[in-house]
Amino acid sequence: MSLSKIKFDKKIVLSFWIILIALIVAAPTLLPVFRLNLLGRYLSLSIVALGVDLIWGYTGLLSLGQGIFFALGGYCAAMYLQITSSSEFPNNIPEFFALYGVEKLPFFWEPFRSPVFTFFAIWIIPALVAGLIGFLVFRNRIKGVYFSILTQASLLVFFNFFNGQQKLINGTNGLKTDVTQLFGQMVGSESMQRLFFWITTVLVIAAWFFAKWVVKGRFGNILIGIRDDEPRVRFTGYNPVIFKTIIFSIAGGLAGISGALYTVQSGIVSPQFMTVPFSIEMVIWVAVGGRGTLLGAILGAVFINYAKSLVSEALPASWMFIQGGLFILVVTALPEGVLGWIQGDGPRNLLQRFGLKRKIETYPSLEVNNKDGNNE
Amino acid sequence: MELLLDSLFNGVAIGSVLLVAALGLAIVFGLMGVINLAHGELMMLGAYTTYVTQLIFKLPILKPFYNSYIIVSIFLAFIVSGVVGILLEKTIIRKLYGSPLETLLATWGVSLILQQFVRSVPLAYGTGLVISLIIGLFLPTTFPSKIKESINFKYFKFSSWIFAALTGVLTGSVISSTVSKLSRASARNVDVTAPSWMRGQVEIIGTAFPKTRLMIIVITLISVIAITLFLNQSAWGMRIRAVTQNRQMSDCLGISTEKVDIITFGIGSGLAGVAGVAVSLLGSVGPNVGGNYIVGCFMVVVLGGVGNLLGTVLASFGIGIMTDLIGAGRLLSIWPDMPIPLSNTINFFATTSMARVMIFALIVIFLQFKPTGLFPQKGRMVEN
Repeated sequence: MSLSKIKFDKKIVLSFWIILIALIVAAPTLLPVFRLNLLGRYLSLSIVALGVDLIWGYTGLLSLGQGIFFALGGYCAAMYLQITSSSEFPNNIPEFFALYGVEKLPFFWEPFRSPVFTFFAIWIIPALVAGLIGFLVFRNRIKGVYFSILTQASLLVFFNFFNGQQKLINGTNGLKTDVTQLFGQMVGSESMQRLFFWITTVLVIAAWFFAKWVVKGRFGNILIGIRDDEPRVRFTGYNPVIFKTIIFSIAGGLAGISGALYTVQSGIVSPQFMTVPFSIEMVIWVAVGGRGTLLGAILGAVFINYAKSLVSEALPASWMFIQGGLFILVVTALPEGVLGWIQGDGPRNLLQRFGLKRKIETYPSLEVNNKDGNNE
Repeated sequence: MELLLDSLFNGVAIGSVLLVAALGLAIVFGLMGVINLAHGELMMLGAYTTYVTQLIFKLPILKPFYNSYIIVSIFLAFIVSGVVGILLEKTIIRKLYGSPLETLLATWGVSLILQQFVRSVPLAYGTGLVISLIIGLFLPTTFPSKIKESINFKYFKFSSWIFAALTGVLTGSVISSTVSKLSRASARNVDVTAPSWMRGQVEIIGTAFPKTRLMIIVITLISVIAITLFLNQSAWGMRIRAVTQNRQMSDCLGISTEKVDIITFGIGSGLAGVAGVAVSLLGSVGPNVGGNYIVGCFMVVVLGGVGNLLGTVLASFGIGIMTDLIGAGRLLSIWPDMPIPLSNTINFFATTSMARVMIFALIVIFLQFKPTGLFPQKGRMVEN
C-alpha cells in the first residue's frame, strides 16, 4: 500500500464536503423516521469501523473480535437504562429478573445506577477489556492469523457467556431499551431518536478527528512501521507491544461508543452482537471503503449497510451472494478499497486503458525513486 | 472404574469429531499457510453428500445395497469436497499465497456463498453441478500424453467442459425427477438416518457405547492413518513435505509446486468432506452446520502446533476429554465431598456453552506459556 496520495482538485473536495454536510443537515427533515433511524444506526456503526481501520488498516492487526467491545458498550448503556426505569417493578429491579426468580440485583449492576459512571463505563470498560486481551496476546508475540483466530475464540467465549447467563443479564433475550426512560422521555420515541441521530453525527465527526489525530505524527508512523515490518521497529528500539496494546484498546473504546449508540437506536442489545459473522462484516466495511483511509471506513460502513437493507428488502436471498462476492472481489481485485483506489492511481489507469488520458512515461528507476521519495 | 471408562469414551468421541474436522485444516494451514474459513462449509457439503447418497440408495435399483450407503458416501464426500476445494484453489487462493489475512477474508466470502447456495439451489441440481465439475476438471487429465502436448489441447479441454456441463444438467434433471425430496430448494435442516447395523449400542466391559460414536472413531482413525502413510510413504507425500520445508529449493529441483498446492488443498478439503459424513451422523444437517465446528478446529490447530499431525491428534483428544470433564461436571461425581465454593464453580461451568468458555480460556492461558503450541516448528527465523 503506497502512502502517496494524489492531491485532488480543491473544488471537487470542497463540493464533496458541502454536499455531504447538506445531506446530513437535511436528513432529519427529508427522511421518514424509519429511514432516519436506519441512517443513525449505520452512522454509529461507522465509529466501530474507524476502530477496525486503526488496528487493521494502520497497524496490520486483523481483529475478528470487535463485536465483544461493541456489545460491551451496548450492554453498559442498556443496563443503565434498565435500572433507571425499573422503579415500578417488584424489588426495584429490571422486570426480566422476576422471570428467573432473582430478587437481589447482581453486584455488578449496582454502579450502573449512576449516569456519570455509565458515561465513562461505555468507553472505558471495552477499552480495558481490549487492552487486557491485547496485552496478553501481543506480549507473546502472537501475531498475524494467530491473532485473528484468538480474537475470534475470545468472541465465542464472550458470546457463550452472555448467551448462557439468564440470571445475570437475561441471556439470549438481551436487554431492551426502547421502552425505558431517559430524561423523562421514552427512548424509543420519535423525538429521542432524532436527538440520538444528532448525537451520533457529532460523535462520528469527533471520532473521525480523533482518529486523524492518532495516526498523525510519530505515533501514527510507528503504527504504520509495525504494519509494514514489525521486527525492524523492534530492532530500532521501540517496543511494539505497548503501541499495539494502546491502539487495540483505542479501537475497543471506539467500538464501545459505537455499540452504545447502536443499542439505543435499535432498541435492544443481545448476544447477537457477538456472533462471528457480524464481527467479520465490520472488516468488510473497512476493506470496501479503503483500509488505511479513515474516511473510507466511515463511508464503507454507511453505504454497505444501507445497501444491505435495501437489497434485503427487495431480494432477501441475494444479499449473502453479494456479500460473499464483495469479500472475494475486494481481496483479489481491489485490495485498497474504493477510496484507496480513487486516491491512488486507479482512475488514471482506467482512463489510460480506454485511451482517454496520455500515458506518463518514465524510466523505471525514476518511478522507484519517486515512490520512495514520497514516503514522508 | 466404570465412570472413568465412560468419561474417557465420551472425551475420545468428542475429540475424534474435532480431530477429523481439524485434520484437513491442519494440513492446509500447516503445509500451505492458508487460513481456510470455508472449511466448515466444505464439511457441510460432505454432510449433504451423505444425505443425497442416502436418498439415492433408497431408489429401487440400489435398495439391496442400502445398508452400505454410509461407506460409499465417505468416498463420495471426499471427492465432492475435494473437487470444490480444488476449484477454490484454482480460482481464488492461488492468487493469495503469502498473505494469510487475505485468504481468511476471501474464504469467508466463499463460505457465505456456499451457505446461500445450499439454501437456494435444489440439491439435485447442486449434485449435477458437482458432477460436471468433477468431469470437467479430471477428464482432460486422462487424455493420452500425445493429445495433451499438442497445440490443439485447449479445444479438447473446451469440448470436455461442454460434455461435463451436459452430463451435469442431465444427471441433475434425472435426480430431480426421480427423487422428489431433492427437487426443491429449502433452508430447512435435513436428517441422515444411520443404516440399521449402525443403530443401537455395543457393550464393552459393562458399559454401553452408541454404535454411531464408535463409527466416527473408526472413520477418524482410518483418516489419520491414511494421511500419515500418504505424507510419509508416497512420492507425492514426500514432495508435499519438501515444498513445505523449502518452496524455492523444491521448485529448483523440479517439483511442480503448483501441482503440490492443488493436491494438498484437494486432500485437505476432501478430509473436510469425510468430517462432514461424521457430523451428519451426530445431528441434523443444515446450511450452518459447519460454522459450529470451525473455531474449535482452529483452536485444535493452534494448540497442537502448526504443521504437526501428532500435535493435532493430542490437542483434539485433550480438548475432547476436557470438554467432557467440565461440561458434564464429572469432577463432582469423582470427588463428591469437595468444598462448597469449588463445587459451585464447577456447577457454574457444567453446561455445554459454559464448558466452551472454560476451554477457550484455558487455551488462551496455555498459549501464554507456549505461544506456538504443543509442538512448535523449530527455526531461527525472525518471522515465521
